[in-house]
Amino acid sequence: MKTFAELNFPGRLIAVEGLDGSGKSTQIYLLKRWLELRGLKVYFSEWNSSELVKSATSKGKKRELLTPTTFSLIHATDFADRYERHLLPLLRAGYLVLCDRYIFTAFARDVVRGCPPEWVRGIYSFAALPDVTFFFRSDLEVSLRRILDGRPKLKFFEAGMDLRLSSDPYESFRLFQGRLLEQYLAMSTEFNFAVIDANQPVEAQQAAVRQLIARRVDLAGFRSTRPQPVSPPRSLFGKAEPEEEPIE
Amino acid sequence: MKRTSHGQIVVPRRSERRFYGHGIPKADPEELAGKLIVVEGADGSGRSTQIAKLVEWLEGGGHATVQVGLKRSTLVSAELDRAQQGNILSRTTLSLFYATDFADQLENVILPALRAGFIVLADRYIYTLMARDMVRGMDETWLKNLYGIALRPDAVFYLNVAPEELVQRNLSKKATLDYWESGMDLGLSRDMFDSFLSYQTAMQRTFRRLQATYGFTIVDGNQSVEAINEELRQRISVVLAGRLTRGPTAKPGRRKLRR
Repeated sequence: MKTFAELNFPGRLIAVEGLDGSGKSTQIYLLKRWLELRGLKVYFSEWNSSELVKSATSKGKKRELLTPTTFSLIHATDFADRYERHLLPLLRAGYLVLCDRYIFTAFARDVVRGCPPEWVRGIYSFAALPDVTFFFRSDLEVSLRRILDGRPKLKFFEAGMDLRLSSDPYESFRLFQGRLLEQYLAMSTEFNFAVIDANQPVEAQQAAVRQLIARRVDLAGFRSTRPQPVSPPRSLFGKAEPEEEPIE
Repeated sequence: MKRTSHGQIVVPRRSERRFYGHGIPKADPEELAGKLIVVEGADGSGRSTQIAKLVEWLEGGGHATVQVGLKRSTLVSAELDRAQQGNILSRTTLSLFYATDFADQLENVILPALRAGFIVLADRYIYTLMARDMVRGMDETWLKNLYGIALRPDAVFYLNVAPEELVQRNLSKKATLDYWESGMDLGLSRDMFDSFLSYQTAMQRTFRRLQATYGFTIVDGNQSVEAINEELRQRISVVLAGRLTRGPTAKPGRRKLRR
């Protein structure tokens, strides 16, 4: 697998990965603001699935119809749609594209669900690797607290309830996140993750992120001479992925 | 072959079961007592006619049957239909959408039915899906990995009909040619008739290539309905008795005859 730079795309893709509650969405938002204010061609890619794929995914989730295999395939379909329709054209046009989660989310999640790693990776092999992948590494307890303190309504698949780790959604979520963290850590070296200590203050993390981007990407080449495309408005704590019904 | 006291009813011998690749997590192929029979072929090759006759024959022989086919899953069939109407999804997306449809039926219909000892008749299987994508330039290794989830059938029949004959049959049935079966998305020709012929010729070439790998039986679909059905029944009887004629194997040269 090659990065977009290695494939001679004029654009660059920057991805953030990490557990729910690791603060990665806040960091990518602040990175986007920095790049925008410098007048660069930047686009933050929302998880904007087409209506069609969204309809199938939400039906599968609502009715709990998904097995590990179909869960994996329907998310791969959703990703492919977003990749071919949205990411590729922007990267061909020379944008700095920011992605909140990329293929590594699928690698971690599907393997925890029991899909063979080689099979999952083979499926996503149509996608190029990000030019920079940040991994926000937080203590499991810290991320769990951030998410669970508000006693949110957890969703069935989000809590990993299909894995039958526990009949209590909160306990299931804890165990599931723990397993995801193991997968992320195992991938860290292989995929050259830039690991950011997510237990630091927001500003300290952002400084590290900006420094690394300035070093790894030739930002001067991305100066924009046109008005910026309008990214859809987005709340800082919003979810990037398609919605799923809370467990009743 | 074991005969029961009821005379004609044959209790099928168990076959050795395998997936093409990794299969489905936690599914044990050894528990699958039934048989999986696949009929492949273009639209107008006579698949549904043959399957209807086979169901009648099998049920008459005391076998319980279940039918599956492409785009029939609870999960995504409606969305797939809409996707095709609008032709709005790109290549990889459509391919993965079809794979999702297949996986949903495999796990929710095919495997449970086989566990219960049914004979599953599949109106097309992964081979059509692979051939369509290969004709559209997708990578064969990628497709083989994707469909490593599939179970090896006990028999695969490909009804081979010349493209010129397929045109005639499709027109006499519906007076029109289907957009996708004519491969119009490929831009081979603005003329639907020409496009249909080129596309179906390419599909046949691809099927012959897949045949070398997957070893399915090519049946001459230009024969009469009765003659074709006779051939299928004969071959299926052999499968039920627990022998494979030309076993669908993963790699050429690894064909193994079983007692």
